[in-house]
Amino acid sequence: MSGVLSDSFSIYGEQFTSRLLIGSALYPSPAIMADSIVASGAQVVTVSLRRQQSAAAGDDFWQLIKDTGLKILPNTAGCHSVKEAVTLAQMCREVFATDWIKLELIGDDYNLQPDPFALLEATKILLAEGFKVLPYCTDDLVLCQRLADAGCEVLMPWGAPIGTGKGLLNQYNLKTIRERLPDTTLIVDAGLGLPSHACQALELGYDAVLLNSAIAGAGCPVTMGHAFKTAVDAGRFAYRAKAMPEKDVAAPSTPTMGMPFWHQEFGIKNKN
Amino acid sequence: MKISMKITINGQHFELANYGNLTQALREFAAKEPFAVAVNGQFIPRSQCDTYLLNEGDSIELLSPIQGG
Repeated sequence: MSGVLSDSFSIYGEQFTSRLLIGSALYPSPAIMADSIVASGAQVVTVSLRRQQSAAAGDDFWQLIKDTGLKILPNTAGCHSVKEAVTLAQMCREVFATDWIKLELIGDDYNLQPDPFALLEATKILLAEGFKVLPYCTDDLVLCQRLADAGCEVLMPWGAPIGTGKGLLNQYNLKTIRERLPDTTLIVDAGLGLPSHACQALELGYDAVLLNSAIAGAGCPVTMGHAFKTAVDAGRFAYRAKAMPEKDVAAPSTPTMGMPFWHQEFGIKNKN
Repeated sequence: MKISMKITINGQHFELANYGNLTQALREFAAKEPFAVAVNGQFIPRSQCDTYLLNEGDSIELLSPIQGG
């Protein structure tokens, strides 16, 4: 059992046992955010940079995050151009003292869909500058291959558009990416709404999930954090256990051998 | 003789008492740690702020940590 529990995955050489990466936004209060993060068991938390407004409020948030002791993953949320994303990544590296960057580069504001062309361009620039890039991308196999070819050790295809809670809209695409990139750390990022969605991602062989709204927007974020923690563990256990093959024809699980009254009273039409 | 200089910080007009470097401007603006800064869309490492001379009309972005998903 200890071998199963010690199961870990790698993000650019660093090992993590929690397969849930959590966002720090949208919680009803800073205290609930902190408690939800703890309940989720996450070892990585996402943050961002914005124009300095109320220093007091920002200090409070940042102190809470630092107090968690978790690995910080800054993002470039809201960027629409390569230049914006690269500049924001550089600023993140200085403030948060990490080479990690969750690279978000939006191509369409309607569904916040990543721009695959700009994403690849920005990824190459940042990798050359020594960043460890975790690109938030669509579930396009060829895009993922190009990002991996560029040097990304981690890819984060979406399950569905950010904040929709729709779950894994295209399991075929996600499964294909998993099969074609067996050595890349894959994290489903965005679009999850239910713990079962996270469980499905892990069942597909994804290494982890990254989510925010599904926990922060729940009626009780702390309890939902725990629910996602449990679901991610279940999905990972299921993947490692290897699920039974799906069949189109029913097969009885209770042995038919020795069945009492077999074919004696009801006739063959009721055989089951 | 003091010569003021007009710049923008985080989209707001700001008038510096003197022409000077980026560190002086951030001090006048009362920037609070932690932060990172960019001028005209270009990231300026903190180690270079002392020697980075501002020009009239420069646009400074002063960013600090916030929540993120």
